[in-house]
Amino acid sequence: MSRRAWRLLRVGIPLGFLGVFFVWPVAAIIGRSLTAGALHDVLTDGGYRHVAWFTLWQAVVATGLTLVVGLPAAYVVARYEFPGRRLFRAFVTVPFVLPTVVVATAFLVLFRPGGALSFLGWQRGVGPMLVAEVFFNVAVVVRAVGGFWANLDPSRTDAARVLGASRLRAFREVTLPLLGPPIAAAASIVFLFTFTAFGVVLLLADPAHATLEVEIYHQAVLLFDLPIAAALALLQMVAVITLLLVLARMQERRAVTQRLVAARDTARRARGRERVLVGAVLGATTLFLGGPLAVLAFESVRVGGSWSLAAYRALGSSAATDTLFVPASQALLNSLGFAALAALIAVVVGGLAAVVIASRPGRATRAMDTLLMLPLGTSAVTVGFGFLVALDRWPLDLRAKTILVPIAQAVVAIPFVVRAVVPALRSIDPRLRDAAAVLGAAPGRVWREVDLPIAMRAFAVGFGFAAAVSLGEFGATLFVARPDSPTIPIAISRFLARPGALNIGQAMAMSTILMLVTGAVVLAIEQAQVRRLGEL
Amino acid sequence: MKRATSVVVLVTIASTIAAACSSGKAADKTVVLMSHDSFAVSPSVLAAFTRETGYKVKMLKSGDAGEAVDKAILVRDHPVADAFFGVDNTFLTRALDNHLFASYTAKGLASVPSRFQLDPDHHVTPIDSGDVCVNDDLAWFGHNGHPSAPRSLADLTKPAYRKLLVVENPASSSPGLAFVLATIAASGTNGWHDYWRALRANGVRVDDGWEQAYDTDFTAASKSGDRPLVVSYATDPAADVAYSNGKKTTPTVGVVPGTCFAQVEFAGVLEHAKNPAGARALIDFMLTRRFQEDVPLEMYVYPVLPAAKLPPVFVRFAVQPVHPFAMSASTIGSHRNAWIDEWTRIVLQ
Repeated sequence: MSRRAWRLLRVGIPLGFLGVFFVWPVAAIIGRSLTAGALHDVLTDGGYRHVAWFTLWQAVVATGLTLVVGLPAAYVVARYEFPGRRLFRAFVTVPFVLPTVVVATAFLVLFRPGGALSFLGWQRGVGPMLVAEVFFNVAVVVRAVGGFWANLDPSRTDAARVLGASRLRAFREVTLPLLGPPIAAAASIVFLFTFTAFGVVLLLADPAHATLEVEIYHQAVLLFDLPIAAALALLQMVAVITLLLVLARMQERRAVTQRLVAARDTARRARGRERVLVGAVLGATTLFLGGPLAVLAFESVRVGGSWSLAAYRALGSSAATDTLFVPASQALLNSLGFAALAALIAVVVGGLAAVVIASRPGRATRAMDTLLMLPLGTSAVTVGFGFLVALDRWPLDLRAKTILVPIAQAVVAIPFVVRAVVPALRSIDPRLRDAAAVLGAAPGRVWREVDLPIAMRAFAVGFGFAAAVSLGEFGATLFVARPDSPTIPIAISRFLARPGALNIGQAMAMSTILMLVTGAVVLAIEQAQVRRLGEL
Repeated sequence: MKRATSVVVLVTIASTIAAACSSGKAADKTVVLMSHDSFAVSPSVLAAFTRETGYKVKMLKSGDAGEAVDKAILVRDHPVADAFFGVDNTFLTRALDNHLFASYTAKGLASVPSRFQLDPDHHVTPIDSGDVCVNDDLAWFGHNGHPSAPRSLADLTKPAYRKLLVVENPASSSPGLAFVLATIAASGTNGWHDYWRALRANGVRVDDGWEQAYDTDFTAASKSGDRPLVVSYATDPAADVAYSNGKKTTPTVGVVPGTCFAQVEFAGVLEHAKNPAGARALIDFMLTRRFQEDVPLEMYVYPVLPAAKLPPVFVRFAVQPVHPFAMSASTIGSHRNAWIDEWTRIVLQ
């Protein structure tokens, strides 16, 4: 392939994909629905201003709390060798994929009188909502920041320490600046997730609180007031774009090229007092994330108040097949198939985009970066309705096609790949590439032998996240779902929607299976990536 | 090992693509049915339809009842489906005002009682009916010094039932909306504000959806639940036995009489359907005894065909309220949004 064609492709594929599967649908639904009057109403109404303000502050607080909880765990995972380290990294990812309704149930069980956390006196409200948001998003910080941290050359911190800097000072003045870009990347993803929070707000906050996402759903679906919904969606997107542009600029400015080293060379066993620190961080994180997960697993083996594996047995019965239209095992296979496909699309499209964004900082790439992140900050109803009205003619009438499931999941997963890969590519010392070129390597070979091995870990992190996004994606709000190809989250919701102890039990059993599958998938990806990094 | 993994991944991908492509070839012998998420039918019953008519049914689910109607309206000019199931009397006017359905008089409509036939122009065909009622935990009331169960809407505001009731938000839940309509039908367009103020003062809890209210908060369904009264369906006692894992021979869920609201669900042939003949055949099939007798245990509602035999668990335990509250679809349609707004102000703010 000529160099020109390659350049065209790596810009054209991401832009084309996003154009067809995001920009066009969103523009179609907003363009069709928006009126000047609705925009005026939304901008002048005090109620909507209140909603916008609540949306913003809860997102800022939740993002801050997620960093506070996630960074210590990221540090421990990146710097210390301990038994079960990979298992821990996989475990941290599990909450990220669980359906909101299941997690909300677990939290309510913990918070209510007689529950383990009843001493907090919480029922429903902003507090439990924030806790749940942190619970869902800790994985983003631990994996995105931890992945990068593991490759940081510890000799710089060691040098600072030798020169007399305290541990804290070495962290503040050496490590933190180097970690700036991945932290900003993780924070921006967490912010977008919490800014567009939907399920946790409905299920855990008291009903008086609404985010823009909730209000858009309310206006579009319940009241069918599409002009107001479109105006709110536009407001939400403008806010997200503004924030993303600022963040993209910050990340560019703070990117520093540095020598990255293999993760296995940076981690070591904890010594002396460090053991207390490592133990405390691991214990606290495990307790926080594991509590609700344990509740779900516990409920899956208690059917109607006594110990029983009936729920698991029932999953294999013909009654379950009736409920799901397919055997429960098929839902599992569907989930894995969609996850593989979605992650593959996301890594190809997101990877190409990351190469472009990392290679040429400037206004154009910043715009591209922002565009790729935008799906995370756009309301699901807007995208879903947009799909319905835009993709309605041959050859793109995909509305009722199964293939739309992994495509829609990939649209949401691409930002993860980009955020994981860009910081790694930016940190590559250009002299390495120059040296390779001087020694006669063609550009393709430079990319293959310099960039790729260094970015491999980031690609694996991105792939893992994309798979996780897909595994946990509920999808029903996005488009017209095909009941004959249910995924695990859809199966869970179908069981929950039916009365009777056995149905609840099966929903909990499916949730437990989803946890185990996610853990296993992430673990498998970790294994593969560690082996490859050995070549670094 | 590595190669084996990638082979597995590739095969999975290839088969997913193959499945996606093969299912894309919609022949004329396929009828696409769009519905809300709660639609269910036994595979054997669907197979019978295919045997009798030659049409295969492809199902599309599109969110809860209101959402599915909205989506169908959005794609009205280029529909994804031929037939639609699941518009109920609370959203009927939205569908009719937007000309979602083509007129069709189903075979067998004559045997459906007139109280279910809410659309004189036959754009939609009634398929099932059910009642939204307050359910009570029979093991809670009248035991351990607890009061006996309430009997009416008025009882729910009494101090004896303080902090015992959980309802769903009418803005997001179809049973939640039906219950609010029951209270409006009961206490009139002026009195219902006061009724809800009294309920609020008596500690009513509002959940977002039925799943949370029933599965999490209702004491009879969840060990950690703390509300022995929940807004749900009149058929739940039957479900309580049927899904008890063989542990229950009698239900521990009861229905509070005098709190019920009648819901009727309809199906119709979509305007601009690619296969209107198939859609009409499917609507006809939905009024046959085979489909109607499948409805109770699949969707926990009652068939509209009086000749349809009910399953034993229904006959014994499901409750068919004698005089449920009712309201015309057009009254609901013209006030629904305003009532929800007023309710939100009174109960949530």
